[in-house]
Amino acid sequence: MSAQSLPQTETPKRGLPKINPVYVLVVALILAIVVMNPAFGEPTGYMNFLKRVTALAILSGGALYVIVSGGFDLSVGSIMTLTVIGSSMLASNDPNSTYWIIPLMLGIGAVVGLINGLVVSYLKVPSLIATLGMMITLNGVAFMWSGGAPRGYLPDTFRFFGRYNITDVPVITLLPVAVICLVVFGVILWWGMHRTNFGRMLHAVGDNPQAARLAGVPVERVRISAFVVSALTAVLAGVILGGRAGVSVNIGSGFELQAITAAVIGGAQLLGGRGSVPAAIAGALALEAIFTLLNLLGLAQPVRLVVQGLILIGAVALATYQRKRSGR
Amino acid sequence: MSDVPTIEMRGITKSFPAVKALRGVSFTCSKGEVHALCGENGAGKSTLIKILSGVYRPDSGEVLIDGVEQHFRHPQEALLAGISVIYQEFSLLPERTVAQNLFLGREPMKNGLIDNRAMVAETRRVLGLFGVRHRIEPETLVADLDVASQQMVEIAKAISLNAKVIVMDEPTAALNEAECEVLFSLVDQLRAAGTAIVYITHRMREVTRLANRVTVIRDGEVTASFDHVPAPDVIVRAMVGRDISEYYPEPATPGEIGSVVLSVSGGGNAALRDINLELRSGEIVGFAGLQGAGRTPLAMALFGAAPFTSGTMMLDGEEVRLTSPRDAIRAGIGMLPGDRKAQALFLMQSVRDNGMLTARSFASAVGGDGANRFTDIAGMNALLDQMKVRAPSYDQEMRFLSGGNQQKAIVARWLALRPKVLIFIEPTRGIDVDAKASIYHLMRDLARAGTAVMMVSSDLPEILGASDRVIVMREGRIAGEFGRSASEAELMLAATGETGVAA
Repeated sequence: MSAQSLPQTETPKRGLPKINPVYVLVVALILAIVVMNPAFGEPTGYMNFLKRVTALAILSGGALYVIVSGGFDLSVGSIMTLTVIGSSMLASNDPNSTYWIIPLMLGIGAVVGLINGLVVSYLKVPSLIATLGMMITLNGVAFMWSGGAPRGYLPDTFRFFGRYNITDVPVITLLPVAVICLVVFGVILWWGMHRTNFGRMLHAVGDNPQAARLAGVPVERVRISAFVVSALTAVLAGVILGGRAGVSVNIGSGFELQAITAAVIGGAQLLGGRGSVPAAIAGALALEAIFTLLNLLGLAQPVRLVVQGLILIGAVALATYQRKRSGR
Repeated sequence: MSDVPTIEMRGITKSFPAVKALRGVSFTCSKGEVHALCGENGAGKSTLIKILSGVYRPDSGEVLIDGVEQHFRHPQEALLAGISVIYQEFSLLPERTVAQNLFLGREPMKNGLIDNRAMVAETRRVLGLFGVRHRIEPETLVADLDVASQQMVEIAKAISLNAKVIVMDEPTAALNEAECEVLFSLVDQLRAAGTAIVYITHRMREVTRLANRVTVIRDGEVTASFDHVPAPDVIVRAMVGRDISEYYPEPATPGEIGSVVLSVSGGGNAALRDINLELRSGEIVGFAGLQGAGRTPLAMALFGAAPFTSGTMMLDGEEVRLTSPRDAIRAGIGMLPGDRKAQALFLMQSVRDNGMLTARSFASAVGGDGANRFTDIAGMNALLDQMKVRAPSYDQEMRFLSGGNQQKAIVARWLALRPKVLIFIEPTRGIDVDAKASIYHLMRDLARAGTAVMMVSSDLPEILGASDRVIVMREGRIAGEFGRSASEAELMLAATGETGVAA
């Protein structure tokens, strides 16, 4: 049916197919980094970059599930911390412990996500507050568990996922295990969000929860599942981050807002109903690339925080403005 | 000077990037007359009004007020020139009082402070001008008023601004019958006081009741203009561009009405009492009543969204207890809510996703398309085609569709599941004449295919035209039952309780 037969509806702009601006942004930022630092164009340069961004990228994909459902999950950073601290406390340098620690941590993550979801769905606590409370609680738990200073180490079997590089790979010479994790979990998250009935229901719940209930969507179950997915990706991100960076007491702090920022840069609607997993992952790449650029420019951590905050505000303002201009 | 129209718009043309909204439209309205402006949704009525009120500027053409050409650059300028527009969505601040709203931005001052007493007194005076002083107190919060009273506050605001012209954009859309009457007499009073009134509507009854003159717009052009009020079908033809034969489909023949599908005996909850009813396959039952009579609570109870707390409900001869919409859908009951935007539409999702949502909700969560016999892309496309949903593509987001097409897509959502009982609440509210007719025919087709159809509506002609049987509700109870040959007056009497229960 031709668009001409619809004089009163808006017709999409013709010409170039719509490309999410985040992909253009990532390419531009990477080019800028390469110009400033040609070594980045070498496999070790960009592979290390991808390795560094993996934890945030997976986390952003998971956080997107909660965002699309119309909520926020501020507890993910503390889940990462708990994962790293807990694993190091339990491992006590036993290489074989990894095989039961990671499943155990995923179990703990699932329980945390379940509690978040139950509190939001049935006690009707706004997700921002519920997960903020969970964040404080879990940071406290991690602190108590470690007794204030991290002891113990993560065995190499644990650190394999975040640190190990497969070398002598043709063409790209080296391939970090983290990058394989990124691809595998990225595809799983993409599939769940964009190819399953669950994903469609998630969008519907975030778009209009009342209509979703009246259309037969099991709204509570869908919301709870979103928090569980988010918490599980936080455990995975914790395993990879701990592997790469080792143990420290507040290793995960700040990640919750970085993940939300990444999802928003990727075009996610902050109040739910719209979002893309590949774009959220690209958002994470863009954010990390910006940090890398700031580093190359010799700007320190405080500047990084300022920039991150401004990006979050700017991205949301831009999205709101475009939405307003499109008329509805 | 009395022969100079209060407003005169000549040859107005306005284009938007994608469409030409208005082409050479001329329109006048004089002191002391009601000029009805009719047209389907999207015909260009709102654009014309926005040009009159300074929201848009025309590409060409002129606007004259009292014979003087005006170039409004801002709605405020039009307001100062005496043009007040009462939009469907009110511009009142809900957390302020009636008086504060009336004087918003022009509060009377005394010693550097707002003179509250003067404000309240003036508000009371203006409300008194059209006899609604008893129902609206100046110091009530607007949020605590019902929709009809809020509208009266809007009108009072226009009067207190000494508006020469009052434009009303489908003012009865949210009013019940009794409230409509109050509004109509108010319009009569304004006309008698010499105000020029532009009255936008597509309800023929209101045109007949109120208008002195009628102008019809279709596709951005004036298709007909009358200095008297012609027969309704003449106006409708000008609006739609062709004859609407068979606006309402034929009623069911006795042979088409089958066995009882759903029955309730002694049903009740906080909003309902002593509900006894039967819905039969092949039959459309219309539910009439005033706002708050319990029609929507009844629909919500049958659909499990606000369940019965007493009585029994039988479906296909077996007792059922439905405590959630999921239960009801699983049992074979579907519902199209009255407030589509709040209760049915997913504006950011595609047309197809909107149509498939319910089917997907009952399929495996990790399954994709084709996970069960209802989640079938080709099947949904065929249903949307069959419903004649007009969209450039079914991947288009729902928010870009017109009200009628949105409603059809929601119907497709239910058709995919082949429910035994389908409940329509205000199925044609806010959709254009053409789409209305197709919704009526669709309900009839569903009934012919064996579905029991329940239709809740506040539009009495619609109730009588589209139903086989009419149930009137009042104060949470069933107040009467009528055949389709009943008159509007009989239904109104039962709805207001001014006579005993009719047979």
